[in-house]
Amino acid sequence: MQVIYFDNNATTRVADEVYEEMQPYFRQLYGNPSSMHTFGGQVGIKIREARARVAGLLGCDPSEIIFTSCGTESDSTAIHGTLAAMPHKRKVITTRVEHPAVLSVCRDLESHGFTVVELGVDKLGRLDLDELEHQLNNDTALVTIMSANNETGVIFPIEQIAEMVTGRGIAFHTDAVQVVGKVPLHLSKSPINLLSLSGHKLHAPKGVGVLYVKKGTRIAPFLLGGHQEGGRRAGTENVPGIVGLGRACESAAQNMADENTRVKRLRDRLEKALLKGCPDSRINGDSESRLPNTTNISFEFVEGEAILLLLDRHGICASSGSACSSGSLEPSHVLRAMGVPFTAAHGSIRFSLSRYNTQEEVDFTIQKMPEIIYRLRELSPFVQNTVRV
Amino acid sequence: MWEYTDKVKDHFFNPRNVGEVEDPDGVGEVGSLACGDALRLTFKLDKNGRIAEAKFKTFGCASAIATSSVLTELIKGKTLEEAMKVTNKEIAEYLGGLPEQKMHCSVMGREALEAAVANYRGGGQVKHEIDGNLVCTCFGVTDKEIERVIRENDLTTVEQVTNYCKAGGGCGGCRGEIEKIIERIQGERVKEQMLPPPRKGGKLTTIQKIQLIQQTINEQVRPALRAHGGNVELIDVEGDKVIIAFRGMCAQCKVSEFTMTDVVQAKLREFVAPDLYVEEDADTTGEPHEHKA
Repeated sequence: MQVIYFDNNATTRVADEVYEEMQPYFRQLYGNPSSMHTFGGQVGIKIREARARVAGLLGCDPSEIIFTSCGTESDSTAIHGTLAAMPHKRKVITTRVEHPAVLSVCRDLESHGFTVVELGVDKLGRLDLDELEHQLNNDTALVTIMSANNETGVIFPIEQIAEMVTGRGIAFHTDAVQVVGKVPLHLSKSPINLLSLSGHKLHAPKGVGVLYVKKGTRIAPFLLGGHQEGGRRAGTENVPGIVGLGRACESAAQNMADENTRVKRLRDRLEKALLKGCPDSRINGDSESRLPNTTNISFEFVEGEAILLLLDRHGICASSGSACSSGSLEPSHVLRAMGVPFTAAHGSIRFSLSRYNTQEEVDFTIQKMPEIIYRLRELSPFVQNTVRV
Repeated sequence: MWEYTDKVKDHFFNPRNVGEVEDPDGVGEVGSLACGDALRLTFKLDKNGRIAEAKFKTFGCASAIATSSVLTELIKGKTLEEAMKVTNKEIAEYLGGLPEQKMHCSVMGREALEAAVANYRGGGQVKHEIDGNLVCTCFGVTDKEIERVIRENDLTTVEQVTNYCKAGGGCGGCRGEIEKIIERIQGERVKEQMLPPPRKGGKLTTIQKIQLIQQTINEQVRPALRAHGGNVELIDVEGDKVIIAFRGMCAQCKVSEFTMTDVVQAKLREFVAPDLYVEEDADTTGEPHEHKA
């Protein structure tokens, strides 16, 4: 069966050119870049090249790039590293809709005597910047707010937030794993101090990430050991991963226009048709300020995991914010923070596209979805008369 | 991805007995939209008092739908007495097993049947009434229900209880209570498996005392407040006086001084030292500095 992959906010396919470029670094050029011999040294040169490519996409200096093992490590490093470098400050500000890689870390900090403030969002998933301003004080060490939400695709006004926060002398970190490659960045011109990205969200392999650290930002290393990454992140480099990420960043820059035009049109086509074809459905999140590839739609009175399994029979891959699909008993913390009613939260489905998706795939999904929703509503005790469109 | 057996998949993709029996003898409704699953079961008896027809409508995931489907298959042809003997374990076994986290679906099936039978015996009057004392307020689970899943499935941990009836799976505020119920039923068997409660203070140094207070607040108080958009912070400890501040929703809560301070104090006295008393931080009570209404 053909796979139709609409779960690109979870992970992406490794691009062909990325895969190709990684190949020599497994069996031929396997040297350790820290070694003194030429055999290892040539690998070091390749890492330097990858660093420059990543910096090119982010619009910053290569020296500001630290390679890590994943987005989660980048987030942990940013948060713990900043707090360790600023032991006299005890307050951290974040949002209720962060990825667990940030939220769980912040909640754990509370047990260690930090004051953690989680900013709420409105019904469309937007932040109240006045509330943020109100919370900033001299005790605040760090503000960490995601660039765009992984579940709804809602983009936060991160530049404006960074201005506000750093203007008060407070460090600002953003988890940008969902925006890199979709939204242009010029970090050298931005006040953002720290930014996390993850390779596998932009067609590089899993197991490699980046933490951008602006020059002059105080941060203590998180992983201690060898002198790799200028002493800022110990551990032998994931050479093939880093090489792949470098190539993926170059591709991302070339494909950014495509993401914002063709992919966006496919997303819009899918979204419009599903809302029309399935009664009692609604978009979650601010459609004015949203990633071009993401749509999160709630189908009321039906449960997300059941929808996913029926989609799966057609080879269509998506994800859900329902409780059952996560293995927890409560629906998505993001949708709950937005005040999405339970009736809708349990039936939420996220479709996240990539440059590899086609209009045929979108149209196939548009054709299958109404039947699936109709079928589950016929089973639902909350629906009296199912309307078939 | 869940690993469902072929049986589960079969009953999810091809559910049996979907719908509502016309002019039913018994109707049972359990669960709710908020809970994430709900089941409406209807049945009709034949002349001999056997279940002639049983149908269901279910809102929920694949395992909720599959267990409902199996339930209707299992009870057809049975007398009500026989049907009532169907346990959640049997439903799960019929399906070749369910993922642990999905066992509550099988329990929901059994509960719906009980509700429907009660409805029939009450002459169509009785709705499923809450039996026992509410333990888990997030999912509305009583001590009676918790005791029953522990007995019928021989459960020994809080995590298992959550898997089987959802209790403790929301804010987590009732996990301590569930632990006590398990201990009461399973007795010595589970004693050593339990996490030790925070050490009750014998002679404590000041630093140990403060750490124990912080730990008690983290583990015993904060989860329950979090569930309702609130939080609590330890400001200071002066001798036996513990100064705390409420944050978020708790800070604006008009009744906080009557209830939450008492709750915190009771927990600290139970787990740290009996002489402790709790006061709210005077500097921060006046100006709640989190979410504006």
